[in-house]
Parts: sequence; C-alpha cells; structure tokens
Amino acid sequence: MSNIDLQYTLKDFKSENEVRWCPGCGDYAIMNAVQRTMADMNVPHEKFAVISGIGCSSRFPYYMSTYGFHSIHGRAAAIASGVKSANPDLSVWVITGDGDSLAIGGNHFIHTIRRNIDLNVILFNNKIYGLTKGQYSPTTDRGFVTKTSPNGTIEDSFVPGQLVLGARGTFFARAVDSNVKHNQLVFAEAAKHQGTSIVEVLQNCVIFNDGIHAQIADPKHRAERQLFLEHGKPMRFGHDNEKGLIVEKGRLKVAVIGENGVTEDDILVHDAKEVDPYLHMQLINMSMPDFPIAMGVIRAVDAPVYDQELEKQVAEVSATRRVNNVDELLKSGNTWEVDEPGSSDPVPFFKKKCPILE
Amino acid sequence: MKDTKVIELEEVAIRFSGDSGDGMQLTGTLFSDATALFGNDISTFPDYPSEIRAPQGTVGGVSGFQVQFGHKEVNTPGDEAHVLIAMNPAAVKANARFMKPGGTIIYDVDSFTQKNLDKANFATDDPFGELKLDDYIKIAVPITSLTRESLKDFGMDNKSVLRSKNMFALGLICWMFGRPMDYIESFIKTKFAKKPTVVESNLKVLHDGFNYGMNMQHMTPQYLVHAAEIERGTYRNINGNIATAWGMLAAAEKSGLDLFLGSYPITPATDVLVALAARRDLGVKTFQAEDEIAGMCTTLGAAFAGKLAVTSTSGPGLALKSEAIGLAVMAELPVVIVNVQRGGPSTGLPTKTEQSDLLQALYGRNGESPVVVLAASTPSDCFYYAYLSCKIALERMVPVILLTDGFLGNGSEPWRVPSMSELPEITPRIAKNSSEFKPYKRDEDILAREWAFPGMEGFQHRIGGLEKNVEGAVSHDPENHHKNTEIREAKVQKVADMIPELEVCGDEEGELLVVAWGGTYGHMISAVREMRQDGKKVSLAHFNFIKPLPANTEEVFSKFKKIIVCELNLGQFASYLRDKLPEYEYHQVNKLKGLPFTVTELKENFEKLLEE
Repeated sequence: MSNIDLQYTLKDFKSENEVRWCPGCGDYAIMNAVQRTMADMNVPHEKFAVISGIGCSSRFPYYMSTYGFHSIHGRAAAIASGVKSANPDLSVWVITGDGDSLAIGGNHFIHTIRRNIDLNVILFNNKIYGLTKGQYSPTTDRGFVTKTSPNGTIEDSFVPGQLVLGARGTFFARAVDSNVKHNQLVFAEAAKHQGTSIVEVLQNCVIFNDGIHAQIADPKHRAERQLFLEHGKPMRFGHDNEKGLIVEKGRLKVAVIGENGVTEDDILVHDAKEVDPYLHMQLINMSMPDFPIAMGVIRAVDAPVYDQELEKQVAEVSATRRVNNVDELLKSGNTWEVDEPGSSDPVPFFKKKCPILE
Repeated sequence: MKDTKVIELEEVAIRFSGDSGDGMQLTGTLFSDATALFGNDISTFPDYPSEIRAPQGTVGGVSGFQVQFGHKEVNTPGDEAHVLIAMNPAAVKANARFMKPGGTIIYDVDSFTQKNLDKANFATDDPFGELKLDDYIKIAVPITSLTRESLKDFGMDNKSVLRSKNMFALGLICWMFGRPMDYIESFIKTKFAKKPTVVESNLKVLHDGFNYGMNMQHMTPQYLVHAAEIERGTYRNINGNIATAWGMLAAAEKSGLDLFLGSYPITPATDVLVALAARRDLGVKTFQAEDEIAGMCTTLGAAFAGKLAVTSTSGPGLALKSEAIGLAVMAELPVVIVNVQRGGPSTGLPTKTEQSDLLQALYGRNGESPVVVLAASTPSDCFYYAYLSCKIALERMVPVILLTDGFLGNGSEPWRVPSMSELPEITPRIAKNSSEFKPYKRDEDILAREWAFPGMEGFQHRIGGLEKNVEGAVSHDPENHHKNTEIREAKVQKVADMIPELEVCGDEEGELLVVAWGGTYGHMISAVREMRQDGKKVSLAHFNFIKPLPANTEEVFSKFKKIIVCELNLGQFASYLRDKLPEYEYHQVNKLKGLPFTVTELKENFEKLLEE
C-alpha cells in the first residue's frame, strides 16, 4: 500500500445513483459505515470491487462509486472468489443477505470460508426475505409466522457464526446496523484481516420484519444486552461495566464483580487470535436472557490465504519451469519430425482446404 | 479441414502382458473368443517368452498376447497396440516398443515395487519416463490388492489368490470395450466344473474387475489416424481435451492476458482441468470449485477482473451453469465455456459420446440469451477452435460455448504442431479512454462494448444481471429492453464477419449434400470420400460454426438437390437449420447409441436417399 495519504472522504465512495431502499431501512447505516471504512483504508479507489448477489442489500454496488457487480442469487461469494483469485491486488467486498448466502448460496458461503480467500463479506441478517416481501429465511426463528409459514415455521435456524466456525473460518464479527461507529470499527478489522472475513450485521427490515433485533439492538438496552469484545481486553459489560464472563465447569457464565468473591481479575480476557474455536463458539452461542449478545470481532486467526497461496504457487512453479511459452510446450515431450523428400510445406490450420477437393 | 480417417471403434489392438505365470495367454484367448462371438472379426498374436523358464519379473519372462478386432475384415493383429495391459514393470519394458504413440497403458500399480523395477533393470524410479512414455495415457489400477480384497472371504492361499489377478484385468477390459462376459463365465464354469471354489472365486474377481471399470469410468480409448503425414514439421500425439486446454493457453499468450480456469471435475471433461492445472509454470490459475455453478461464477469473476476466463464441463454441468451464463450474456463479459458432450439426459452415459447438447448450448437459458456456439471436429483441431473461441469472446465481449464430445476429448491423433506465429492476432477490447467510457457504449459496427476492470483508474462502473442503459444504470424502460435484446442477438450474428465461410468438400453442386457438425467429421469425410470414389455426386458441408452460421450457408445449400443432416442426436441441428433456412428439405441420419457413426451405416443411408 502506498505511503501517500489519499485523503478520501465518504463522498468519494457514493455513486450518482439514487438510493432506493425503504425509508428507515438498516441498509443506509451499513453503507454509510462501509463508505467511511473504505475512505480511511488509503487504498486507491479503483482497486475496490463490490460484489453482491440478489436481495435488498445486494442493490448496494449501484450506490457505490467503486467497481461493482450485482450478480445472481447466492453466487456473490463464488464470483468474488474468482475476482480475488484472479487479482489478489484488489480489495474485494461481498454484500449479501441471510437468504442469499445461507440458503441458495450456502455451498459457496462455506467453501469460500474453507478456502480462506481474502474477501470482506458483510452478511445483512434481517431473518426474512425482504425483496420478495416477507417469506421466512434460514435465520428465521422456529415458530415464527411469515407469509410462507402462516402457522409458524417448523425448522430450526442457522446461527451464522456456527457455520463460519464449522467451515473453519478465520474471521467472524458481529455488529448492529444502527451503530455506525462500531460498524466502522468492525469493518476496518475485517478489511485488515487476511482471509475470509465474515461480519454478521443484525439489520432491521423496517417493512417485513420491523424490530426483529430490537431486544438486542435498542440503544437503551445496549450496555446490558451487548458485550463489545476487544482482543486482549476483559469481556465486561453492564450499565456500570460491573459484569463480565467467567468460565465455570467448562462453560461461560455471567458474573458480577464483587459478588460471590468474583474480582476483576477473574473476568476472562478475550483472545480473538486463539486458533481453538471452543471459546469462540461459546461466545457466538450466547443468547438472551442468560447472556448478552457478543459483538465485535469474535475470531481473527492467521491461516494461509488462498489467493496468496495461488500466486505463490504460480511464482514458485514458474521459477523452475522447463517450458517458457506455448511454442516450447507444443514441442515438449514425445514429438517426431516429418521431413521426407515428398513432404509439403505446412499450411496454417485456418487456411487448409478440404482434402477431397479433386 | 484436414485429411483424416477414423479407426472404427472396435478396430483396436489390445496387448495383454505379464509374467509367464500371470495367465496372460488364457486372458487374451478368452477376450478374443468373447469378442469373436460378439460379432467382430479378430486376429490374434500370442507372444511367449523366449526363455521357457526365465526368472519371474524379468523382461525375458514376459508373456504377451495381442488381439486386434474390428467391424470389418481384420487381417493382422495390428502392428502396434492401442492398449497395453501390463501386470508388472517388466511387461511395460518389453512392450513399450510395440505401442502406438499416445496409446493407453493399464498397469498393476501394486507390482511397481522397487524390487520389480530392479528385476526389470530400470535405472530410475520413473519407469514410464525412462521409456519415453510421458504422453501415453496411463491408468494405474491396484489389481493385486483389489483381487486380494475381492477374495478375502474365500480362505484361499496367497498363491491361488494371485493366480486370479488376470480375471480382474479381464473383467476391466470387458467393461472398457463393452464385451458381454457370458462366454467367459460359461468357459470358467465348464473348465473348473469339479472345483466349485475356483469357479466361484474366478467369477467373483471377473465381476469385480468389470465393476471397477464402471465405477472408475475408465473410458474406451479412441483413435484417429491420418491418411498421410505429408506436411513437414514437428508432430506429436494429442487428444481433444489437452488440445482444448492448450488452445486456450495459446490464446492467453497471444492476447497478453493471464489464463484463469474455474471448473468442477466431470466426465469426460475433467482432463481439460487436469491439463491446465499442470500449467502453473506458464502462469495459469486453475480454481477447482465446489460445484459447477461456482465453476462458472469464478470464471465470470475472473472475466470481470480482466483475465482470459474459461470453464470446462459436460452436459449436466452446462445445465447447472446456465443461469450464470445468462449473467455473462447480460453483463457482456468475455468467457469461454467448453462442453465435452456425453450421452444424456441426466447422468445418461457419462463415458459415451453424443451430440445432444446442441440445443441446450443454443437455447438452454432463461430469457433471450444468445451466445456464440462453435464445435470442434477432430481431437487436434480442438486446439484451433478453443483458440478461436477465446479470440471471439475477447474481441466481441460475448460468451462463447465450444462443443466438443467424449469421442474428441479422449480420442487422440498425430498432429503437426503449429508455431504461435501461424495463429491470428487477438486484440481484447480493453477500454482506453476513460473520459469517453460508458459501460454499455458499443462499437457501431460490431456492437461490442468495451472492457474495463478493477484496477483501471477512471473507469469505475457497475454491471450486473438487471437490464441497463448505456450509462450502466438500471433501466426498466420498455423501449430500452426491447432494443438491448435485439442488440445482444445482433452482436452474436455480427461474429459471422470474423469466421471463415462454409467450405464444401467435394463439388460445389450435385445430387446430395451431406451436412454434419462437430466430432463426426472423421466418419463423415471417410464416408463421402468412399462414395465419391464410387462415382457418386456427394459432397460434405461440415459445420464448426453453429451460431452464427457461416454467411454463405444458404448459398451452399442452394446448389444441391438433396440435403441430409447427420448427427448423434434426434435431429437438433436439423431443427435449427429448419428454423434458420426453412426453404430446404432436410433428411436426417440420427444415432443415439453412445457410439460414433460407422462409415458403413452412413454410406448405406446416403445411397438409399440417392436411390429415392
């Protein structure tokens, strides 16, 4: 990256297109945070590529001034994998939703993560299909009534973070749409991470699932119900920062400092870089009312990155190659020469005439 | 067009070879008898070791049996074998010089131990390299361990188990060449009537060998031979899948772009992926995707990122890729999709050839979704049509589907390798002037848009699956959609100006025009040649360009009294021609047996039509 400060601002990342999400949609705030993050990254503007699938959130690239590709349902991760593998020099962002990436695109989602391709994936989770007007999605809670589950769903939902860990993910973070400052922080971490970064943003669909995350997201409950994780810092929360996480019998537990002999030193320190996913999984699984919801970067571990490994392999193999170009390739291996007295001069293929023209 | 003659499918020489104790003579005899009873003419050649008691595992101790069989009269066991079954390293060494260049070697990988390599006097641990067999198709089969596994419940001693290895090899070969095994079974039952365990164990191993072939989808090797190698130059043996891979590699070098292949393994197209995965040395990036859809999508992503992006698949894979190909049509990105056709529908006949994906290639997408469709016609010309597919995609900003098939992909033939300087230039439509750039601004003549990709400063834009206006903004304007739909079709038709005219093989007018396309070329030209030698007024128009059709197609058709369209499907090209050039009557020859045409059946059909 260059040492020159490119001095971008949010405006440099807005496109001329009119933004057409519903008034009050959580997407506005997320886009705002993405644009601010990109402006701060000091990466040349033309190196950004934003790839999306289908869904409300996937309109995102049109509202950005960067290179963008609004693709087809579920395939953003696969297309972005191609973009990044083809040119690792780019900063590639994937915009997707719970239906797009966890239903129709589930296969691409897990395999992208498994390969650890250096993509920044923002997963807008509103637990509903918004663009098609309110059908249940793979993150809709059991029993929830929607247009396609008038008597309540009879299936369990995915927990995105569990999928990420199950697919051997190296980066997972969680954030709430309206908290632009925190989003920005998390997006910056995602961008910095080498490998597939998945950020689940709890996003509010104001029309078809309004308030679905309100219990968690409402700022007035934030201190009690959200635990903002920071690597190397104790995992504390509460109005007076009086609560924290401890381990009891191998499981996480909320403790209050000063009660039952718990001191500040007993509170667990968050280690996002721990390779063993055991504790990260417990953090991902924390749910109300027994726990606050874990926010911020839950996991960020180092591992080989696919697009870098691919470049490296090409460089290594090329360095010791025995053929240098196609001409040499064609003449490598078992070949033989024809040069008889009766042989004719070769005719280029596209100029050959039919052999039975008499 | 070039001169070539096919060896009919069953005109193949097979050499069984192993240690004197491996039962190769019996294996060869049983296979030959089964083949003769199947209705093929055969000629055999047993090749015993010169030393009666040569040491086991040595070259001197190798025993061989060669059989050649074919539809027509076969007078010799074949000078060189197309297929070698080698039970140990010594057998490979003893027979290497009897092999046809580029032939297939099936060998018992379990026997390739250091001890056996030493016995056969190999100097290195790379016996195939040492014998210069690099370009041969080598199929490693753990015959010994699979035989052992097959018989584990029989309580037999090791020596008896090893003696049954030949039955495994025999079963495998029977599968590869579609031989029924009932004769072999009854032979075993009669011969060992008094030893029920021997009957049972032999039958078990025989069937396990047959099923192994089926499970591994080991394909029947197919060969083309040329009438004569008259042009001077450097020759090599090549099969269609490698030729396809190398044609794309040549296009990448010529266009100055990196090559990216996103693909998913599928019979019979996998070897395109394999051949390019081996070319990291030339900068190729292959991406083995999680499924066919991702194979197409990563390819599309690479095209968006400015690479020569290609994918390889076969029929069922093309079906899965269709939605993403539609996106390539809409986004107007240069991609090449190679479909190595196989028997369908559904899983169909994965290892057998067919031409039944033509209409899928032309129309198998939602909406009006035109792409350029090409078809290669011999194993080696896959190189040129793959090259041309890339050139068209890059210069016209359009997806191109290249149709080959199992017969071409796995078939091989000697090929005069061209030099890069013989190949036409490729000029990708990379945008140059950012102040004038608009995503969907087109060249007025060829209707292609310009290509700008991430990393190019000042060209930032958005594309996608939604209908757009010239500026690249989403547009639901009815007039705009109608116009763009027509433009996308017209852009494909404009490709006709960069492809060669349809050539007539034979007189340009006459009684009968034989029309065919793609991989049937070798059989078509053989049939037409033979009929012309008999004085019949027959000519051949063989198509490599399906969409658009060559500009002179109608002119060619108009000079003949009758037209007959031959294809390995129920008449897909014939229906397409009826749609495009409805003023002609199209007779048809169709075949759906998973096999190529035979010259004889083609001639019979043509003669019948001439007599009508």
